[in-house]
Formats: sequence, C-alpha cells, structure tokens
Amino acid sequence: MTSTHEKYALSNILGRQNLVRLALIAATAGSVTATFAYAAGWLQGWKLTQDAVIDRFEEVNGVHPGFRRNHAKGVCIEGYFDSNGNGAVLSFAKVFEPGRIPVEGRFAVAVGSPDIPDSGKQVRSMALRFRPANGEEWRTGMNDIPVFGVRDAAGFYDQLLAMKPDPATGKADPAKVSAFLAEHPESANAIALINAKPFSSGFDNATYNGLNAFDFIAADGHVTSVRWSMQPTAPFEKEPADAPADGNYLFDELVRKIDSTPLRWHFLLTVGQPGDVTNDATIAWPDDRERIDAGVLTITGVEAEDTGNCRDINFDPLVLPDGIRASDDPLLSARSAAYAVSFERRAGEPHSPSAVQPDEVAKANLDE
Amino acid sequence: MNNSKVVALPLRLLHWSMALLIFSMLAIGLTMVTSLANYNLLVSIHRPLGILILLLALMRLVVRLTKGVPSMPSDMPVWQKGLAHASHWVLYVLILLLPIVGWAMLSAAAYPIILFGSVELPPIAPHNIALFSILRSLHTILAYSLFCVVLVHACAALVHGLIFKDGVLQSMLRGGEEHASVDSANR
Repeated sequence: MTSTHEKYALSNILGRQNLVRLALIAATAGSVTATFAYAAGWLQGWKLTQDAVIDRFEEVNGVHPGFRRNHAKGVCIEGYFDSNGNGAVLSFAKVFEPGRIPVEGRFAVAVGSPDIPDSGKQVRSMALRFRPANGEEWRTGMNDIPVFGVRDAAGFYDQLLAMKPDPATGKADPAKVSAFLAEHPESANAIALINAKPFSSGFDNATYNGLNAFDFIAADGHVTSVRWSMQPTAPFEKEPADAPADGNYLFDELVRKIDSTPLRWHFLLTVGQPGDVTNDATIAWPDDRERIDAGVLTITGVEAEDTGNCRDINFDPLVLPDGIRASDDPLLSARSAAYAVSFERRAGEPHSPSAVQPDEVAKANLDE
Repeated sequence: MNNSKVVALPLRLLHWSMALLIFSMLAIGLTMVTSLANYNLLVSIHRPLGILILLLALMRLVVRLTKGVPSMPSDMPVWQKGLAHASHWVLYVLILLLPIVGWAMLSAAAYPIILFGSVELPPIAPHNIALFSILRSLHTILAYSLFCVVLVHACAALVHGLIFKDGVLQSMLRGGEEHASVDSANR
C-alpha cells in the first residue's frame, strides 16, 4: 500500500465523528499543563519566592548593576587554613585532616549599596572558599554578630522593608520597626543580643560567626550539630565612637594591616548538645558548649573585587564538602536560593570597579 | 529505521523510564526556581537526575542507531511522516542539550558539580559569569521548549492511538505482535 489513507486527512482528524476523542486529547494536554503551572506556582496567587526576596532588596536599596544585592561593598582576600586535625573528631571532611589548604574569600559589609561610606554600625562579613586538593569545596559566609536577626525567609522579607531608611530622616520609621518586632518576638530577642555586643574597631579583630547550625558527620557515621566561628588572634578593640571621615576606613585599615603582616583567626567548632536549637539562628547556644579549635586561618593577601578571585563567586552556604551537611535550619535553603538569584542577576549585568581599591590604598601608604 | 513493526524492548524501556524522569525533572525545575524552603533539596535531586537523563539519552541514541525503529505506517502522508521524524529529532536534541547546558552553566559559575557524596563532575566550561548568564537563560528556554515538544509528542501519540488506530501508539505501549494485529485489524 503506497497511497495515503484517508484517515490521515485533516478533514477526518477534525471531523465531527472525532470530536469526543479530540476533546479527550485536549483535556489530557490541558491537565498536564495545569499540573506544571501549579508546580511553577502560577495558580496559587502570591507567595514568597527567591525572586521576591531579591526584588525586596532592590526595592529597599535600588539596583546597583553588577554588584551583590546584599553585602554589596567588599574586597577579595586569599590565604590558607592550617588544619590541626582536631576537627576530624566531628567530621570526616578532608578540610579537617591535618595539613594546609588554600583559601579564597571576601570581606564585606552587610549593606545593599556598593558605595555606602563605612560606619561602625555596619555588620561585617567574612566569606570563604576552602579548596582542599581532592577538588571538593566548602563555602561559608560568616557575620560578626552573635545570632542572626531573623528566623526564616519570611522574617527577613518583613525586616528588610521595616528597617528601610526613610529618605527624609535617613533612619527607619520607628513605628514600622516596632510593628515588625511585635510580630517577630524572636527578632526582638536576637536584635537585643546583637546590640548588646559592641562592634570591633576593624575587620582584623572581629569574630565571624557561621550563625546557622550544620550537621557534621564523623568517620563512624556519628552526627553532631555544629556552629562555627573565626576568632581573631588580634585583640578586640571597641569601635571608635565617631567614624573616621574616610568613607572606606574599615577596608583601608584592613589593606594596610594585611600589607604589613598576615592576619590570623582560630577556626572554632562549637559542639551542639542534644536539645540545642538547630532550626533557629536567632537563638544562641549556651556559653558553656565545648569549642574545638580546628586550626588557624591565615589571610595573606587582599585585592579589589574587579580583578580579584571573589566577585564572580557565589558564596552559597550550602556548597559543602562530604562530611558536612545542612541542618534543619530553614534559613540555609532560603539563603542558598536567594544567593542564587542575586548571583544570576548580577552575572548578566555590566560590571564597574568596586569602591575599595587596595592597590590605591597601598600606593597612598607608600607615599606618606 | 527498520522493516520490523517492533520497537525494540530496550528502546521501549528507555522511552518510558525517560518519560517519567523528564516529567519529574521539568516539575522539579519549575518548583525549584521559586522555592525557598525546598530549594536545596530540589537542586540536589535535579543535578544527578539530569546527568542520569543524559546517560540514558546517549544509551538510547546508540540503541536507536544500531537497532533502528519501525518505519511509520506506509499509508501515512509524507508531511505527517516528516513532522513525526522532525519532532523526534528535536526531542533527542533537547533531551541531550538540557543536561549539557546545565552542566556547562554550573561550570561557568564555578559551582562544584556534586552528584552525591564526594562524587563530582569536572567543569566543561571556563569560569565566566557572562557565559553563565547566557547558559542560565538558555537552560530555561530549552526547558520550556522541551515541555512544549513533549506535549505535542504525547498529543500526536494519542491521535495515533484514538483517531488513526494505526498501531503506532501500540508499538510503544506493548511492542511487536500487538502492533501487527492492530494494524491488520484496521485494514
């Protein structure tokens, strides 16, 4: 048979005798499409998404193309971590075997705009990439506050708008702040803890806390809840009452210090006990928890973001090596998701030089 | 193409397992890009599943090229045969490209490409976030295209099964003998 059969003709396919069959096929296609539209969240009305979180950053801070939506002002750093092997009790991750591991990272202030002048009221952050020889990576973003200000993405979303500075006064509207704190008592407690602890005078003498809890898996399979910190060897000094006039004073001082001597931190692993809260980063663990000193982080170099190793890296807190995994803290997945959107947006935008240029600071230093 | 009416059993098994995986993958992908609470869980499923689909697609391509598939019914109009062939090759191209673009995209962003535990894939593209941005958009465009082509493919299969009753759908559902008998019953 070589001639075409009439059943294949469009007039047959679309004929009245096939109406029910066509309707059945259309209904099948329609319900599959509806299922996917549901999965994509198009049928359920508004819900808090990763894009909504980053949209809110842009609503509050404006859009600064090419820069991070949060912790927008920073510099790249590099150095190494000397593991003393003590961390291996808690986790079989390669990072904790005795030896030296190259580290790259970034110091930043938690602001939404890349050219805001430094001030003593800004939260400072240290982001790191541990790069052991087996090709695995560990990325972490830490802040110099004792607890996180919010418990989950919804709290974070509300807080951003509530704390938005009023353009007229430059300060957040006290009524909105009170309303937010009334609705989020966990944040009221956390902010009280944060305000009770004075900021240090610089990046070099600040303690950076991982804030979220993680599960450390030992070689025998034992799982321990851990929160980690970087504790400086430089002695703590209180932030001066008046911020110096130099808009980059925090960063410039960091550059001068690294140029004269490497900076060091002890990597402390705080061992959680059964019952310690792991799913709420606004709650501190008791002070008497055992802290294991896993080794020393040494930062030897600093470079501008535009030429350095850190601008084009997403310090996603869930890039973890085998031997460490996320806890049940809902902030971790939310951070990972929001960081991904921030990274996707800035990756596609034109880039301009960062406010902090260590080379210029070093040159100015030589000229003096 | 071959002269038998049989879709080889390995191809049928590959077809239906991949159908299930691809539907899951598209749903996971769509959910993942809006989710906050489940983002990490979904991404850690999405990566290895994508690579599994890539492996199955390569296997299927090899089986298809060596074993062939039954020819279309001889009394089908040429334009319909042409559309069928074209849509099948578009499906192959999309199914192979999506995981490769996903892999390249993660490479360009310098993310480690973790499958499970400490098993990681090497990067297949240079660390370049402008390239990442292009590949990230391409990944989305290809995914929506795949959804559309899969839907058209499924509708065409149903038209064969419910309206033409020419054994084409049967050949993928149950294989050879039934195909022959349905085919002859319709003559």
